[in-house]
Amino acid sequence: MKQALYTIGENTRIAKDVYKMRLLGDSSACSQPGQFLNIQLPEKYLRRPISVCDWDAEGITIIYKILGNGTEMMSGFAASEQLDVLTGLGNGYDMSKSGDRPLLIGGGVGVPPLYGLCRRLVEQGKQPTVILGFNTADEIFYADEFRALGVEVRIATVDGSVGIKGFVTDAMAGLDYTYFYTCGPLPMFKAIEKTVTTSGQYSLEERMGCGFGACMGCSIKTRSGNKRVCKEGPVFEREDIIW
Amino acid sequence: MVNADTKVTLCGIELDNPIIPASGTFGYGYEFAELYDINCLGSLSFKGTTREARFGNPTPRIAECERGMLNSVGLQNPGVEKVISDELPKLKKCFSKPIMANVSGFSIAEYTETCAMLDSDEQIGWFEVNISCPNVHGGGMSFGTSPEMAAEVTRAVKKVTTKPVLIKLSPNVTDIASIAKACEEAGADGISLINTLMGMRIDLRRKKPILANKMGGFSGPAILPVALRMVYQVYEAVNIPIVGMGGVSNAEDVIEMMLAGATAVQVGAANLVNPYASRDIINDLPRVMEKYRINSLTEIIGGAH
Repeated sequence: MKQALYTIGENTRIAKDVYKMRLLGDSSACSQPGQFLNIQLPEKYLRRPISVCDWDAEGITIIYKILGNGTEMMSGFAASEQLDVLTGLGNGYDMSKSGDRPLLIGGGVGVPPLYGLCRRLVEQGKQPTVILGFNTADEIFYADEFRALGVEVRIATVDGSVGIKGFVTDAMAGLDYTYFYTCGPLPMFKAIEKTVTTSGQYSLEERMGCGFGACMGCSIKTRSGNKRVCKEGPVFEREDIIW
Repeated sequence: MVNADTKVTLCGIELDNPIIPASGTFGYGYEFAELYDINCLGSLSFKGTTREARFGNPTPRIAECERGMLNSVGLQNPGVEKVISDELPKLKKCFSKPIMANVSGFSIAEYTETCAMLDSDEQIGWFEVNISCPNVHGGGMSFGTSPEMAAEVTRAVKKVTTKPVLIKLSPNVTDIASIAKACEEAGADGISLINTLMGMRIDLRRKKPILANKMGGFSGPAILPVALRMVYQVYEAVNIPIVGMGGVSNAEDVIEMMLAGATAVQVGAANLVNPYASRDIINDLPRVMEKYRINSLTEIIGGAH
């Protein structure tokens, strides 16, 4: 974990209520895709935890959806403004278990961390397949960015406006994969859990206080004892989760 | 230039400075030691420990407020045996000063058994007994809400340890001074206050309380005036030292708390927002002492009376 000031390099709307923010500054605490950062906002007491989409030597990219007044405030920030951010939080995805053909399943605003994961899996010579689920066409983002990595991308929309009509699990039909990684809403996880045929990893969400393991606010019970979503998670192995 | 002497003495134990991270906001210390050398702290009060392991309350158990937060963690801890075998050895590797053992219980026997087990640990300088928990043998009413029950816990814990015993009071009472006085008369060596204020937030989308437990403890800068008032009242009522806490976020707040009557000052929620908060406050104390012409912190304790 590191605390530092970051300069906003970009903060643009990329889909309905969804923004991409580029934070320029020290990215050395980022070690695994699937980690998150925690942003201090003016006049807000608690920081806002947001998953990391990707990072490089110049900074960190996050993608967030306006859900409350904190993210609404964030959407109004201009480039060159500065933010106090804790980075390198959480465990992230364990890429060593992927096998040759991992399946990446993202639902809505759960899609971003899978991009950084996908890019690194491709760099390792793996052949991931990506399934992205959204409610409607105007919510879709990053499909082209995933395709630019040279991977197969299947899109499912609930209203059928783009891709397969239905849920991510409908897009899984006939796929052969060695492992799975997912991030998204709990109902999607429950549907995935009934469909998947391999081991895999889920990125869980919980209301957090500190984001770095001090307050015990985000604890869950797992098959291997009590775990903090912010510290031992947010990524948990399928076999460890009690649904 | 002033001397900026930050040393204080709490129940016979000298502290380099009065700053103590509050229980429940600093774990068992070692995780913060990855960020900075925690030996700069006056002491630290470790995570509330109970006889048995506890998961605590269901989630969500955190809610944000204006200038503060609610928590309903519910004393999650691995239980005193694991604390002694697993947590304290890790803490000892990164902290060499006397520590404050924060203990909770749901019956008199739980308090005494937990304290008795911790008593042989040489690094424990003080016990800080949290009496805000419900008494399962007393109709579920919190020990901290009646002078008689508070005194009963104090007497029982004093019998099992020779270390100084601080009683940590709940602010959710009608007359805090009478409870502090009852603890003093029962043999308490100090009073620690305030614990969190009971509060609630409601989710407008679901139209239900945000916390799964419905209610939770309010902490953060918003509660500082309440804490100052109660420390001030208790200082007038007792002759034993006070550890003051509640919303302390900067060095100025520390000075206020000491002027109200605190010998040492705990920093709680601030650690959760800025993991370096306790260290930053310690580093800033000499500047603020210079600004207000304070040579020695010991000299200002209770100075507002």
